[in-house]
Amino acid sequence: MDLQEETRTQMTPPMRMDTSSLAAKTVAKTEPIFGVENVNFYYGDKHALKSINLEISEKKSTAFIGPSGCGKTTLLRCLNRMNDLILNTRVTGSIRLDGKNIYDPSTDVIQLRRRVGMIFQKWNPFPKSIYENVIYGLRIVGINNRGILDEVVEKSLRRAALWDEVKDSLHKSAADMSGGQQQRLCIARALAVEPEVILMDEPCSALDPISTAKIEELIHELKDTFTIVIVTHNMQQAARVSDYTAFFYLGELIEFGETGKLFTAPEKRQTEDYITGRFG
Amino acid sequence: MIDVENKVARNKRFDGLFAIIGLLSTLIGMVTLAALILDLATAGLARLSPHFFTSFPSRFPAQAGILSAWVGTCLIMLVTAATAVPMGVAAGVYLEEYAPKNWLTALIEINIANLAGVPSIVYGLMALGLFVYQLKLGQSVLSAGLTLALLILPIVIVATREAIRAVPSSMREAAYALGATKWQTTRDHTLPYSMGGVLTGVIIALSRAIGESAPLITIGALTFIAFLPDSPLKAEFPFISFEWLFSPFSAMPIQMFNWVSRPQQEFHLNAAATGLVLMVMTLAMNGIAIYFRYRFRKRIKW
Repeated sequence: MDLQEETRTQMTPPMRMDTSSLAAKTVAKTEPIFGVENVNFYYGDKHALKSINLEISEKKSTAFIGPSGCGKTTLLRCLNRMNDLILNTRVTGSIRLDGKNIYDPSTDVIQLRRRVGMIFQKWNPFPKSIYENVIYGLRIVGINNRGILDEVVEKSLRRAALWDEVKDSLHKSAADMSGGQQQRLCIARALAVEPEVILMDEPCSALDPISTAKIEELIHELKDTFTIVIVTHNMQQAARVSDYTAFFYLGELIEFGETGKLFTAPEKRQTEDYITGRFG
Repeated sequence: MIDVENKVARNKRFDGLFAIIGLLSTLIGMVTLAALILDLATAGLARLSPHFFTSFPSRFPAQAGILSAWVGTCLIMLVTAATAVPMGVAAGVYLEEYAPKNWLTALIEINIANLAGVPSIVYGLMALGLFVYQLKLGQSVLSAGLTLALLILPIVIVATREAIRAVPSSMREAAYALGATKWQTTRDHTLPYSMGGVLTGVIIALSRAIGESAPLITIGALTFIAFLPDSPLKAEFPFISFEWLFSPFSAMPIQMFNWVSRPQQEFHLNAAATGLVLMVMTLAMNGIAIYFRYRFRKRIKW
């Protein structure tokens, strides 16, 4: 018992971020691409998302932050209906993509996922060559023209800042690359199908700082062309890469707004406690 | 106070004791197998000659061979593999990837596991009623192949499911996130990545089927057969024939059983030689299964 007390008193003081640059950051408004309205999500009996309302702006990056189990990943996976793959789940409310509810029975999930791509927490390239990985999204719609495929491979790998590293080993196995390269390959694979939105589920949480920096830089470049939604545990990362930030806690959306404002002048007490490291 | 030192010493003694018991148990299995092979080899090796493989059974032990038996076994295995593998893999894929998870599929799953444990002679009885009498396929290679196919179907299904389950779900998610359908995901990823496990299961199932005799006797295998089934390949158009499917058959275990039941000692030597051949075939198949598993595991890295 004494031991525990001791560690508690020795704990580092709440971490403070350098927010001076953030306060000045303002965001030019764009049209919303996703409209999340009154969304509730259940894993069996567990109520994982409670009446979530928010809008995701086109060609901006939006970060979902919050402690583990707060529902941020669940909401992210609702946006391309990846949660459909999990048994015993239920969703109510509506998520509008360009005004059309993606949970409407008439929605073609395949089409939806081609418009809304996804990067996962643990990189998951197929155990095939780098080339085959990038073009898989094209192969499945019957594009087999070598010229087109070659072009897409180069363009996607360039966009994912991977081309120079792999251009001489396109036909080598993807599994032989480093973790950071594999994650960028997954980004290239998602970009190859030209989605409008890219969902990123903690894309750097298993990467070293240098690989993380590369991916963050990439996100900065991509958000001019794509809408990016990123889930992250790392608040500095959210502050660095996002235009808007949503803070979730216990399945509720506590606060949502421009990143600069949320990190420098949060409206809610819980948000302030979280971003200053008092809990979470 | 507990005497910790004593307790630790006792635990260590038990550790050593268990290692010895485990080693003995392993040895009993190994020694039995070795003795079996040695016994068959000493009795049958002398009978193994090219002549033994190219001769039909005979009244004279020295002239008798296993030609009709091994050809029959090969043809039956062909039918078995051609039916059990596609059906078993399809059923495994369906249950694992497509079927909704409810009480009905749970019931089916339990029953497939049960089916794998049904005695083979029961399959023989069912096949006699269904294939031979109802469907009028006769006491033929086709009936025998289908019977053994039913027998190993549960093994193939279970092996397929286990192999598929070993594919990380992140692979499926990656494909789905790119807009792949369930079938595309299965065809391009899940099935190819689990091929090593599926093939291993298939070969182990076939090596079980190859030694089965009870169901074949039940549906009416012949023990003395001095002709070969019609050839599947023909010189004239359309070059392929399926006559052989309806031909009467014998098989290696049946031939062996027949020779063992004869009073003459010489026939017993023939039986031992046949047993040796069968054993080598089974071990070779298991060897191939191990090779496949090794090859595929090495090739696929997540």
